[in-house]
Amino acid sequence: NFTLRLLVEIHSAILIQRWYRQYVARREMRRRYTWHIFQSIEYSGEQAQIKLYNFLGYLMDNFTPSSNERNLISHIFRENEVCRDAEWERYFCYKNIEVPEIYSGPHLTFPLTVEEAVGLVEAFRNKKQQLHSRYVLQLLLETWKLLRMLPNINRISTCHSKEITICGDLHGQLEDLLLIFYKNGMPSLEKPYVFNGDFVDRGRDSIEILLILFAFLLVYPSNVYLNRGNHEDHIVNLRYGFTKEVLNKYKMHGKRILKLLQKIFSWLPLATVIDQKVLVLHGGISDSTDLGVLARADRHIVRNQHVMTKVVIFPLSLQYCFQNRSLQDFSDRIRVNMENQLELSRREEPTLNAQINKPENFKTLSSLPHQILDLLWSDPMTQDGCIPNEVRGGGCYWGPDVTEDFLNRHNLQLIIRSHECKQEGYEFCHNRKVLTLFSASNYYDVGSNRGAYVNSMTRELTVRQSVGRTERSALRVLREQLFAHKSDLLCAFRKFDSENTGLVSLNDWASAVESVMHLDLPWRMLRSQLVTCKNSEGTIDYYEWFNELHIDQSLLETLYRHRSTLETIFRIVDTDNSGFISMQDFRQTWKLLSVYLKMEITDEAISDLAITIDSNHDGSIDIDEFMEAFRLTDKKSRLERGRSMFMGTTSDLTKLEGDPNI
Amino acid sequence: MAENSKSAEATVLNTKILKKLKGAFQAFDTKSDNTVDIKEIGTIFYSLGFFPTQADLQKFTSEVEDERSGYIHWDRFLPAMTKVLLEDKFPPIADELLLQAFEVLDIEKRGYLKPEELTNYMTKEGEPFTQEEMDEMLTAFTDEEKKHIYYKDVIPHLTLERKM
Repeated sequence: NFTLRLLVEIHSAILIQRWYRQYVARREMRRRYTWHIFQSIEYSGEQAQIKLYNFLGYLMDNFTPSSNERNLISHIFRENEVCRDAEWERYFCYKNIEVPEIYSGPHLTFPLTVEEAVGLVEAFRNKKQQLHSRYVLQLLLETWKLLRMLPNINRISTCHSKEITICGDLHGQLEDLLLIFYKNGMPSLEKPYVFNGDFVDRGRDSIEILLILFAFLLVYPSNVYLNRGNHEDHIVNLRYGFTKEVLNKYKMHGKRILKLLQKIFSWLPLATVIDQKVLVLHGGISDSTDLGVLARADRHIVRNQHVMTKVVIFPLSLQYCFQNRSLQDFSDRIRVNMENQLELSRREEPTLNAQINKPENFKTLSSLPHQILDLLWSDPMTQDGCIPNEVRGGGCYWGPDVTEDFLNRHNLQLIIRSHECKQEGYEFCHNRKVLTLFSASNYYDVGSNRGAYVNSMTRELTVRQSVGRTERSALRVLREQLFAHKSDLLCAFRKFDSENTGLVSLNDWASAVESVMHLDLPWRMLRSQLVTCKNSEGTIDYYEWFNELHIDQSLLETLYRHRSTLETIFRIVDTDNSGFISMQDFRQTWKLLSVYLKMEITDEAISDLAITIDSNHDGSIDIDEFMEAFRLTDKKSRLERGRSMFMGTTSDLTKLEGDPNI
Repeated sequence: MAENSKSAEATVLNTKILKKLKGAFQAFDTKSDNTVDIKEIGTIFYSLGFFPTQADLQKFTSEVEDERSGYIHWDRFLPAMTKVLLEDKFPPIADELLLQAFEVLDIEKRGYLKPEELTNYMTKEGEPFTQEEMDEMLTAFTDEEKKHIYYKDVIPHLTLERKM
């Protein structure tokens, strides 16, 4: 009986083991299958060029009452806003502005390239040129489109040996920005930047600074972060010089430019959080600052349509946001509620009345909800507590106890802010928990202060992850370089291809490339990473190869670069802001994506994808699973194809190349 | 006559199943040279709905492996798999049996197993788990609050993924 019992037990154990192994195998299978989907997307030519935020634009464009996807999209955009925005886009249209032949400044093409962004910097620095208004409008339009997709609070995560550079107020002082770029390097995939507001006013070159920052934002949307400052406000600009600067420099189209900038400013994100530990924002906080509440607000809402002379009580606009965003216009509802709240606000904040003689005048600020005002206008003080900031006329003064409480509540460690000029360019306070950073040097007068910027390195990643990242960006740089040498390379190839077949052997390819690039890299080893159009006979069609090089924006790379866009997609699909999206919504989104990309993705494949992504099997997808799926797939495909190649440095690889076994 | 019908049946099976086999194979053909690592054979089998034992897998791989290279080529994989299919060598296990299996191990009929108990069974009996497998299973299936494995809740996960 005992033996029988034992046997049954063993048999049961085996059964469970087999089931479990099968379960694991199926999961792995799904992951692989997903990877194949991405791979096939990655290599198909057309899709490779598409930027994801165009997809979002496509979502908007296709929102018509007869559309099948109306339910999904109607959640996303209120009809009136879409229409209004469409009208604005027509108003800002640059297409009828001609660039004369004598114009010697930089020319821009869109989508913007790194070379063009750098070219802009050079043009402003060396030749003191001005960008033509046509390009200005185009650049601003693209920026506006991008900013609309960004969240109120940017969230960055870094990895080992990746620094983030944070710059404080620049105030139109181009020299300081150029100096920072010179000393620290320009923004790139390796060099992420956060610009902490107040880019304009007071200095002479505000518009140039903006154009540079926006250009890099467009080129590296996941590596450049802009926080709004209190001077990113069209009314403040009227007093402090920016408006005048633009109208002077752009006599014909200045007004249009300013109008567009007004919209752009209202869409600038409010803050950036690095690695969930460091909060970067322009002004500061108050005792009522709540990042969760802020994240969900409509940051661009301005008062103009409504009867309002006072501050909008913030929880109110929140209610508005939480409503199911259908097609109705909620403006009526707001107005009614407003009137009730007006009384309240008058009683609560008497000191925020117009202080006409004060430098930075509250009257100008009444368009913003007070929580946002706090972020942009507040200053730290040494005493505990939180009192209205009467000097500025907006925001508050907050004390070390408020800092402590805020950091604890949000599980943060440090606040980096700007807004105040400091003699050394920076200053710690509140027990080194608040850092003020000011980048415009000689702000008050020559010799008054230094400018400063901060590099922050944060948590370590595992070796594998960081290797993946290094490899990816190294390859990207290499590809860009190769493409930049196209004509020389073509010459070199033709020397090996006397019969003009368009083909060269692998060895000849490697020799030719080395003879042009002079990089002393193990090209034979790198070949599989750089050339996918290899024939079965082992020859390379080099014309085909250049086509392939040019399409370096594979969807996967695009997805990776546009992480913030992915997050935005998630936010959009997550209509009730619960932090979860249902499988149904996910599937619908992918269907749309596949239609837009003209891809053949079966419903089954999408279902598989959804199931794979839902790694904890709770039937819904949270933001981590969503991002993880893209990150994992990306990492997997990169590591898979790179295999052990980039585990060492290039010099190690060169050693390997001599190895006959490879 | 019987012979004919069997081969006809086999042909019909092949066109649909062939696609499935090819798909499963290609998912692991990372070098795009029509070979897969033998270590992945188990995964391929399970994903197709078979339930080989570890011993079965060993036997299969030894028969089809390419001269100890560590890889199996599609040309040897396909006929071997076809044989497995036709002979129904590794039939699936009914879902109900899974519940009974858990209930056998749950001696006191509490409706759950404690992690230590499950670990004991999985790593010491039958075809033992590796430490890694055990850790993974515990992480996936242990209830966060009560720290028990409520197998009735677990079973749908194990059986859910069956349809491919």
